[in-house]
Amino acid sequence: MGAFASRPRLSGLPAAITLALIAAVGIGVPLLNLLVPPGSALHVPTYMVSLLGKYLCYGLLALSVDLIWGYCGILSLGHGAFFALGGYAMGMHLMRQIGDRGVYGNAELPDFMVFLNWKELPWYWHGFDSFAFTVVMVMAVPGLLAFLFGWFAFRSRVTGVYLSIISQALTFALMLAFFRNDMGFGGNNGLTDFKDILGFNLQADGTRIGLFVASAIALALGYVLCRFIVTSRLGKVLVAVRDAESRTRFLGYRVEYYKLCVFVVSAIMAGVAGALYVPQVGIINPSEFAPANSIEIVIWVAVGGRGTLHGAILGALLVNYAKSYLTGAIPEVWLFALGALFIAVTLFLPKGVVGAVASGLRGRRAGPAITGGPGGAGERTSEAPAE
Amino acid sequence: MIAVTLRALFCLLVAWPLLAASGQAVADDLEALVAGLGSNSFAEKARAIDAIAASGDPRAAAILEALVDGDLQTRRDDDRMVIAEAKGRTYVLRDPLSGAEIGEAGRAELRPIIINNRLRGQLRGAIGGLTLLSPDPGRRASAADAVFVTRDPELLPVLDKALARESEGWVRDRLERAAAATRLAAAEDPAARIAAARTLAHYADQDVRSLLTASSQSEQDADAREAIAAALGQVETRLALWGVLANVFQGISLGSVLLLAAVGLAITFGVMGVINMAHGEMVMLGAYTTFVIQQLVLAYAPDWLNWSVLIAIPAAFVVAGGIGILIEQSIIRFLYGRPLETLLATWGLSLILQQTVRTIFGPSNREVISPSWMSGAIEISGGLTLTYNRIWIIVFSLIVFTLLIVLMRRSGFGLRIRAVTQNRRMAGAMGIRTGRVDAMTFGLGSGIAGIAGVALSQIDNVSPNLGQGYIIDSFMVVVFGGVGNLMGTLVGAFSLGLVNKFLEPYSGAVLGKIFVLVAIILFIQKRPQGIFAPKGRAAET
Amino acid sequence: MSTPVHARPEARDTLLYLNGVSVSFDGFKALNSLSFYVVVGEMRAIIGPNGAGKTTMMDVVTGKTRPDSGDVVFNGGTDLTELDEARIANLGIGRKFQKPTVFDGHTVYANLELALAGGRGVFASLFFRSTPAQRARIDAVLETIALAGARDRLAGSLSHGQRQWLEIGMLLAQDPQLLLVDEPVAGMTDSETEQTAVLLKEINKSHTVVVVEHDMTFVRSLDCPVTVLHEGRVLAEGTLADVQRNKQVVEVYLGR
Repeated sequence: MGAFASRPRLSGLPAAITLALIAAVGIGVPLLNLLVPPGSALHVPTYMVSLLGKYLCYGLLALSVDLIWGYCGILSLGHGAFFALGGYAMGMHLMRQIGDRGVYGNAELPDFMVFLNWKELPWYWHGFDSFAFTVVMVMAVPGLLAFLFGWFAFRSRVTGVYLSIISQALTFALMLAFFRNDMGFGGNNGLTDFKDILGFNLQADGTRIGLFVASAIALALGYVLCRFIVTSRLGKVLVAVRDAESRTRFLGYRVEYYKLCVFVVSAIMAGVAGALYVPQVGIINPSEFAPANSIEIVIWVAVGGRGTLHGAILGALLVNYAKSYLTGAIPEVWLFALGALFIAVTLFLPKGVVGAVASGLRGRRAGPAITGGPGGAGERTSEAPAE
Repeated sequence: MIAVTLRALFCLLVAWPLLAASGQAVADDLEALVAGLGSNSFAEKARAIDAIAASGDPRAAAILEALVDGDLQTRRDDDRMVIAEAKGRTYVLRDPLSGAEIGEAGRAELRPIIINNRLRGQLRGAIGGLTLLSPDPGRRASAADAVFVTRDPELLPVLDKALARESEGWVRDRLERAAAATRLAAAEDPAARIAAARTLAHYADQDVRSLLTASSQSEQDADAREAIAAALGQVETRLALWGVLANVFQGISLGSVLLLAAVGLAITFGVMGVINMAHGEMVMLGAYTTFVIQQLVLAYAPDWLNWSVLIAIPAAFVVAGGIGILIEQSIIRFLYGRPLETLLATWGLSLILQQTVRTIFGPSNREVISPSWMSGAIEISGGLTLTYNRIWIIVFSLIVFTLLIVLMRRSGFGLRIRAVTQNRRMAGAMGIRTGRVDAMTFGLGSGIAGIAGVALSQIDNVSPNLGQGYIIDSFMVVVFGGVGNLMGTLVGAFSLGLVNKFLEPYSGAVLGKIFVLVAIILFIQKRPQGIFAPKGRAAET
Repeated sequence: MSTPVHARPEARDTLLYLNGVSVSFDGFKALNSLSFYVVVGEMRAIIGPNGAGKTTMMDVVTGKTRPDSGDVVFNGGTDLTELDEARIANLGIGRKFQKPTVFDGHTVYANLELALAGGRGVFASLFFRSTPAQRARIDAVLETIALAGARDRLAGSLSHGQRQWLEIGMLLAQDPQLLLVDEPVAGMTDSETEQTAVLLKEINKSHTVVVVEHDMTFVRSLDCPVTVLHEGRVLAEGTLADVQRNKQVVEVYLGR
């Protein structure tokens, strides 16, 4: 599946199409909302704008996972943690913006702290009054955690499923921690009841459109950044690490630094996605840390086609659209469908929708693509029975 | 000696009205005294209780117990005292003195005798005094405990009498405790209180501790205060020791649960290298099998209910193992050598299994009844209580583990498993049907997970999410112990259980768990191969 | 205790010097006070029965395995036992694995480009652009390993022998002072084996090469000094004809 990444002559077209589509959606949806009268079939209602905005955030999140999994073979089952941390950072800012408009009317403390009988703001809440500080934290907190985690994990050469499992344990531990009231992040209920952002009312149509456009821009920027990375020699080294880590090492590359770098970039992207997501859905709570959420991100990427950036975005949109539709129409079927998706994609669509379409287009002239089953799945454990 | 005499004298003085009453009261007056319990005045009732207690009549204890339990009532028709025992909607009435049945009555026909807390305390003390001399050692012991609570100095003479003729060591122990407690609270002479404190220093329980703590604050005499403080120190040391033992038990108990949950994974992940994220769901299926078997037994053979858990063990093995083989054949065998894909596919499978169970059995918890031989507890000392279900699960986990080890090391099947995992091609060349061995091995691991589900159904909620709670822990145990090493899994499970329980008092359960997770994350990064790391070529990918 | 087969030679012409290197795994001594040296420009074949410690020796030199004791000195002064794989590779030691290991997801060209010296830093790699000289070098290597026609094919689609050559080509592009080659002809056809021998001799003109091999025909065609390892130490050294006459060697190979 690294075929697209390493073939310069194929690289231009998907990138141009993807960016054009993001731009079309980013401009078209607000226009259809604002200019087309509500009665028309083409009108996009405001709730739909927020829903699509949420999907765009998921698209950015999927990109971040694809960057490390699709290109570098690092299967993180804890990426939801970075998303949630970015979301919490933004949530803290929005809580501070409530001011004295909370239920208790306390200008100094968020409602839940008043409820817990706290007397003063914990130190780590300071600074979140400022939007600029929050923006820095949205990127710095996930980035720092990713750096620490990656520093230990990659230096000690924890790879493959071991890395997956400990990343899952990481997000699980964070979930348990954030569920605690005395952590100072609102416990079970998380942070909610936001009023406004940068002075704009979060319920207002204009604000929602603004957030939607911001998400589209973030997705486009994320795409361009990933594109820049994967088409550079750095990107080639990442694929090399994915395909044959020790070969890369013996060629003189510091594999751990490459992994660390891309892991941190990916975590920051996830954090930004979370920060844009929270004002659009109006809440952030510890269930965002649930291991199941993180695995779901992986399946978006797998469905779309890992190792292709547009595939990751497409997968996020497809799966989440299906989720919205199914949980609305026949809720009990959704988990069956999601479960079946995991199995079907791994068994029958190893390159995802994009890969399947691409090999369909190339048809017979490409001949057999990649020999050997394991493909770019990352590390192979010696314990696994060989085929 | 003089002190003792003085104290006896004092008690005599305090108890004078009681003794005086007992002097007058003759056995046939018991009826009159019992009638006195029906008085409207609490003071009169109190006097009657004292008098009955002092009568020395063998029936006195039963009457007072009926009173404290609320069974002693008055029949509205004739104001006769009766002991009413509920039988369906009506009450069977007995004569309090003769015990003979005297008819039945509805609730409306009876008037309960109201007692207040003061009387209740007095009654407990009085009953204590009466039963201190009971021929049944169990009753004597509980009577002693009752006196310990009320610390009624009037009972000291009875206590001393009981002590003098007590032959059972453990009852004697309890009597001494009660006597010392009473003296510590009531003795005038500081020397007596010091002696009492010294006696109490030999005990290790929360009640003695709080008694000593309270006395150390109220004690006026400096020497006595010192003695009490010393005794308190001893008791606390001993309590701390018991606390450690309690933690050890809790830790071993948690470890046995982890072992059960992880040992199946040690086969599928550790030996075969298959990442089965649906492992927890195999455990869940085992728990639901237990529930289904229980319902079947309830419906067709209710007498066997106590043994339905035992029937469930093979059933759960077959159900989970069968489903495991099905999974291996339909999904996993196509993904060998691709662990990350296996991880995703089996995660999807776990969602499907959960949702299936949710659809069939509903999302709420199902109740699995513990058999009688698994309920109850052994109380050791110092608040250390070992519940039978925990003990059984510890024993069970070790049995399962031992059987597995024997199977892997001694049986032909185990030999084939090891042959296939060590050198698949060679094993194939030797005529081993490797695909079949894979399926059976996976079935074995899943079946053991099912068995774990039977055990977990006894202590955890049987819900579709049951397995989810164990999957991360199980992986941690296997990885911590060293992948592919069954003994490592044993050591890993018990050490994680113990560490968890020893952290809990300091950090709380949730933070403790977080600490353990973070510690394991760090540990794995330091030693990716676990505690029992294989070295050399075997360790390399 | 074994006496070292060689005294330490002149530092000037020694490229690699192993002195009393021991490695044990769970009580099994993979290397038992192994000592030998390789001089600049030399081609050396290392043979020995299974478990003699050949691959472990390569692991030690390339930093994959840390020895329990002993020194590995490279280029007259650098102690390799303290360094990691990437550092050792950048010092000028290339390694070819027993199993051909190339980047399946990349084209043949990209494989060689990745192997080119320089640009190993993360940020350097982000802004790396190959120079005309480098492109010419890759083309030259493609000619050498007879894969010029396959430059845009994915490495994953190559045949086994082509993958072996591509890996050797990557070592050439990396341009190390010392090449460690582990069983280069395993699984090759006879003609491929012959071509490989020619290729290695060609490479040896400008590089020092150490070859671990089982195939005696191949070792003979290399026509170079041979070191026989047994139970983690040097059993004999000399020309292939010499060591084949050695009683001990015959005993070790044919059983006791």
